[in-house]
Amino acid sequence: MTDTTIAAPAVATPAQRLAVASQAQLVWWAFRRHKLAMAGLVITVILYVIALVPGFFAINDPEAQNARTPYHPPEAISIRTPEGQWQWPHFVPERLKRDPDTLAAIYVPDPEHAIPIVLFGHGYEYKLLGLFTTDIHLIASANPREPFYLFGADRLGRCVWSRLIQGAQISMSVGLVGVALSLIIGIVLGGISGYYGGRTDFVIQRVIEFVLALPSIPIWLALAAALPQGWPATYQYMMITVILSLTGWAQLARVVRGRFLALKTDEFVAAAKLDGCSEKRIIFRHMLPSFASHIIASITLAIPAMILAETALSFLGLGLQPPTISWGVLLREAQNIRSIATAPWLFAPGIAVVLAVMALNLLGDGLRDAADPYNK
Amino acid sequence: MSNPMAAEPIAAGQPAEGSTVLTVRDLVTHFPVRGGVVKAVDGVSFTVHRGKTLCIVGESGSGKSVTARSILKIVDAPGRIVSGEILLDRPNGKAVDLAQLNPYGRDIRRIRGKEIAMIFQEPMSSLSPVHTVGDQIIEVLRLHLGMGKKQARERTIDLLRQVEIPNPHIAVDRYTFEFSGGMRQRAMIAMALACNPDVLIADEPTTALDVTTQAEILDLIKRLQEQKGMAVIFITHDMGVVAEIADEVLVMYHGKVVERADVETIFHAAKHDYTRMLIDSVKRLEHKSEVRLKREPIPENRPPVIAVENLSMHFGDLKAVDGVSLSVRPGETLGIVGESGSGKTTMGRCIVRLYEPTGGIINYRRPDGSVIDLVQAKGDDLKAMRQQVRMIFQDPFGSLNPRMTVAQIIGEPLLVNGIARGRELDDEVSRLMQQVGLEPAWRERYPHAFSGGQRQRIGVARAIALKPQVIVADEATSALDVSLRFQVLDLLMRLQDELNLAFIFISHDIGVIRYMCDRVGVMYHGRLVEMGDAEQVCNAPTHDYTKALISAVPRPDPRQRSLASRHRYIDPNS
Amino acid sequence: MLKFIIKRLLWMIPSLFAVSFLAFVLIQLPPGDFVTNYIATLAASNEVVDQQAAATLRDRFGLDQPMLLQYGKWVWGIVTSGDFGISFEWQQPVSGLIWERMGLTFILMLSTLIATWAIALPIGIYSAVRKYSIGDYFFTTITFFGLAIPSFLLALVLMYVAVVVFGQDVGGLFSDQYKTAPWSWGKVLDLANHLWIPVIILAVSGTASLIRIMRANMLDEVNKPYVTTARAKGLSEFRLLMKYPVRIALNPFISTISWLLPNLVSGSIVVAIVLNLPTAGPMLLESLMAQDMYLAGAFVLLICALTLVGSLISDILLALVDPRIRLE
Repeated sequence: MTDTTIAAPAVATPAQRLAVASQAQLVWWAFRRHKLAMAGLVITVILYVIALVPGFFAINDPEAQNARTPYHPPEAISIRTPEGQWQWPHFVPERLKRDPDTLAAIYVPDPEHAIPIVLFGHGYEYKLLGLFTTDIHLIASANPREPFYLFGADRLGRCVWSRLIQGAQISMSVGLVGVALSLIIGIVLGGISGYYGGRTDFVIQRVIEFVLALPSIPIWLALAAALPQGWPATYQYMMITVILSLTGWAQLARVVRGRFLALKTDEFVAAAKLDGCSEKRIIFRHMLPSFASHIIASITLAIPAMILAETALSFLGLGLQPPTISWGVLLREAQNIRSIATAPWLFAPGIAVVLAVMALNLLGDGLRDAADPYNK
Repeated sequence: MSNPMAAEPIAAGQPAEGSTVLTVRDLVTHFPVRGGVVKAVDGVSFTVHRGKTLCIVGESGSGKSVTARSILKIVDAPGRIVSGEILLDRPNGKAVDLAQLNPYGRDIRRIRGKEIAMIFQEPMSSLSPVHTVGDQIIEVLRLHLGMGKKQARERTIDLLRQVEIPNPHIAVDRYTFEFSGGMRQRAMIAMALACNPDVLIADEPTTALDVTTQAEILDLIKRLQEQKGMAVIFITHDMGVVAEIADEVLVMYHGKVVERADVETIFHAAKHDYTRMLIDSVKRLEHKSEVRLKREPIPENRPPVIAVENLSMHFGDLKAVDGVSLSVRPGETLGIVGESGSGKTTMGRCIVRLYEPTGGIINYRRPDGSVIDLVQAKGDDLKAMRQQVRMIFQDPFGSLNPRMTVAQIIGEPLLVNGIARGRELDDEVSRLMQQVGLEPAWRERYPHAFSGGQRQRIGVARAIALKPQVIVADEATSALDVSLRFQVLDLLMRLQDELNLAFIFISHDIGVIRYMCDRVGVMYHGRLVEMGDAEQVCNAPTHDYTKALISAVPRPDPRQRSLASRHRYIDPNS
Repeated sequence: MLKFIIKRLLWMIPSLFAVSFLAFVLIQLPPGDFVTNYIATLAASNEVVDQQAAATLRDRFGLDQPMLLQYGKWVWGIVTSGDFGISFEWQQPVSGLIWERMGLTFILMLSTLIATWAIALPIGIYSAVRKYSIGDYFFTTITFFGLAIPSFLLALVLMYVAVVVFGQDVGGLFSDQYKTAPWSWGKVLDLANHLWIPVIILAVSGTASLIRIMRANMLDEVNKPYVTTARAKGLSEFRLLMKYPVRIALNPFISTISWLLPNLVSGSIVVAIVLNLPTAGPMLLESLMAQDMYLAGAFVLLICALTLVGSLISDILLALVDPRIRLE
């Protein structure tokens, strides 16, 4: 039990800055060192920006069906003319024709009529943040009668890219609401359990263990099947998030409980009690900041689980229903092997899910590693 | 993996006692860190002789542990030996330079555990929690001596008997966590000596043990050393231990050897300032502090500010505190000394009502003269009491909230009790910091920016913020280096005089108690076995247990080696 | 330790009851019951059922009794004679329909669990010991992918690849000739031939989690003092690694079964639906949609019971392996 010298700072900052650095700053500095976590942060932010204003990033109206372009393949952005010269980004429209030999429907490109892509161009009208009506999009086709299918079209001629972007709003937010609910239940139960110990802890801990031991999908399926079919979309959305958080809280509760138990034995908590702090003050002023970063890390890691859950449920047909657009609903189109074989771009929502989950996992991991800057 | 060459342990005693077995020359070990290197060991040289003990002593950060690990090439990555020689003289006359060997190679592995063995500080974490003690010892025997299972098991039982572990044939199948601290260390020693090494390196093996257990282990090592004629390199920061066991001493500071001499010279004719400083610090704690010697004795008839009667604290069946009575007067320091499990810490926590005592009375005399029972106090009484009876904690790391600035930590009691806020609070915090010797300009810093000694001062400032009457100091200096210890003690005594405080000073360290306290109580298994004047209890104790405790403390004077003749206490109840 | 096992076994009983109650409540939640569903289905094909017939049907199926009574009868039937009730849709006793499916589910689970462990353990150890090496980065990247891809998506992709690249139809656990044949060695081999596809798909995410956990556990242990002691005794790096940190890192690893199993079961249900495997999943979904109460309830009950038993086994295994728990 001998004195140790100050641990060398993990980050090479001047000693003075380090000395007055608050916990939040230390966490941020430690986080910044993780390149991958930073990448996760950037991607997550981009995804949520998209989710906030999907209309801006979409190209065509997600609802608009087009009988002339079913299963239209994706159109590439070309920056060279057929002769090989540089040009402003264009796309080459394709026409639906019949193959003379097989009589199957195929798409033939029409390079004569390449259409330029306009940045911040005009497209369909949408409501920005639900308040303003505008028709400006990030990229748009110069010719409003020739839609630009960046990721192709589905069975009904709807633009996959735009639907993908639109679906981000629901898929990324389901996670948030679900986690918020789980968090509330989790913190309350986990906190009570960890702080008071004894019998309450025993009971709550058994409940947590029980919930964690149950497989979630059968329960979700059963709950989702119980939802009346005729409910409006927003109701369905709310109920789905409630269902997801009914089992999701247990993981968070366990983390919170663990942290409280560990903190209870820390001497500065005893010191606070001797200082005359009320229990409320001890919990909120002294203990909570200690594990705020752990909670944030746990939340960030809980969101992908929610996203995957909603996707799975909607994919099976028990979650959100069309015409609501979420990535899971979009993936229902991909369930049919025949359609997938001819239109593999219908997998795009799956890629979006993978990207979102990976980004959030990287972010959460980075936060978790950085959460305890004093424990190196 | 067995060495086909040796089927029997090499018979000890063949090479002459006193002959050189290990020579270290200009050893340099570096740790690359972000932006440079840390020179943990910076040009260290020494020799070790058979049958003799070399003590490597220094404070934390001196590099003594890294030196030991460099010898066996088990320095934690990314450290590595940069230059120097480590010559091991073998009985067959040839020498091998360990520094040249590949740390993962066969050659050094043949030496580890067989010719040079090492024991560590924390036997609980240094032994595997999921393997039996026997398993871990048998492993060494089979690895180096190629013994068969049955033979190895018998030899293991024999080894356990040699280190005085009771019922060795049962102990061999027990797990580490089933033993007490002292027993675990004995098992570790048995494991180290299994192949009769020429050199035993002991890295602070008794630091985590009670002083009586420490005496037993030191005895054991000495005895085994004499039996087998091996050399011992003993690393410690405790000068008393050095005086008791060393033949030669190596003093290290910041990776360099500051002084190297035989033990007599070091203690009585040290040349280097640092060595002298170390010796002085320890010698000072051999007597009562001058400040206290000069002070007027506290009049007997002054009424006590805390009078404990028959206090008990039971945790289920465990009687942590069992009917203890004591008292302390204003301006007085009452020491409570005991080993682990004595209940002294529990006692301290009962007095400040961190625990709810299961029985007894704590009479507290308030400033206005009225007396209340702290055990029963509730509501406003309790709140008021919390302001007047404060605590200083042991762990300078854990007792300060790492997420609060120093200003917030010291100011918390003032804020919470509505005594000051805003500008006034800030001024008061600055004043308190100055009072404990800290720079007020640093109050916006976080605890991680301060050293251990400074953090302890922050804890002291927090304790005196409310101008209390009584402070319970629970092992307040145990986590500090020796040279820092009496600085904090002096600070406490100065504050005591300034504020007329009463101290209840809990410690396991007799030297600190002797230095600081007026009266002392000795606790053993929850009971108070002796109470009296500090001089008398520390120098001429009456109770058997106290006698055993005091005599087991190693004295920092090689001319007064007394451990061998210490009093042994046998508990009539065990 | 015996005390510990008995205590856990005793806990199982109320847990199983809780699960059965949960299953039953879940089944009762949707408004209406099988009869309303049945009527609606018939109405879709323009058949009408009058009130009297509906009442008779209800009475026959016992659907008009109070819920607790229905629950009680159901549980009683299960516990005393393994009678799970009648499937309205299939017009047979439920027990005839579920056991083969549950059996295959069990086999699928077990195989996946073994595969997951067999892959994750060595990779996790390797990753920790060779931290920051190329191999470590490679596996870290793969595990990130593995964690992010929902298993049903993987199943879809695999099906796509199989159809487009190999021109084959994958799905199901048996070739046509063995589908309804009685069990034989040939059938077992056929099963093994088909089983590996869903096992691989399901193992992906579980393996990813376990690798990360094993790596983290190992990294924790590898710097502990007892490893230094072992090194100081002269053990070779490999030996001391295997004997000490790996052995100790295994303990938390074993306790991962308790959450791994429910996740696997969940994943398997969705994958089974996609690949149309004759396991519990597809039939559960169907019965939920049709409100075939007893059938759905039986599946939910058995699936949850499976995972509960799994976590019990993991606890017992842990007690066997960790002397600190064994000797408490």
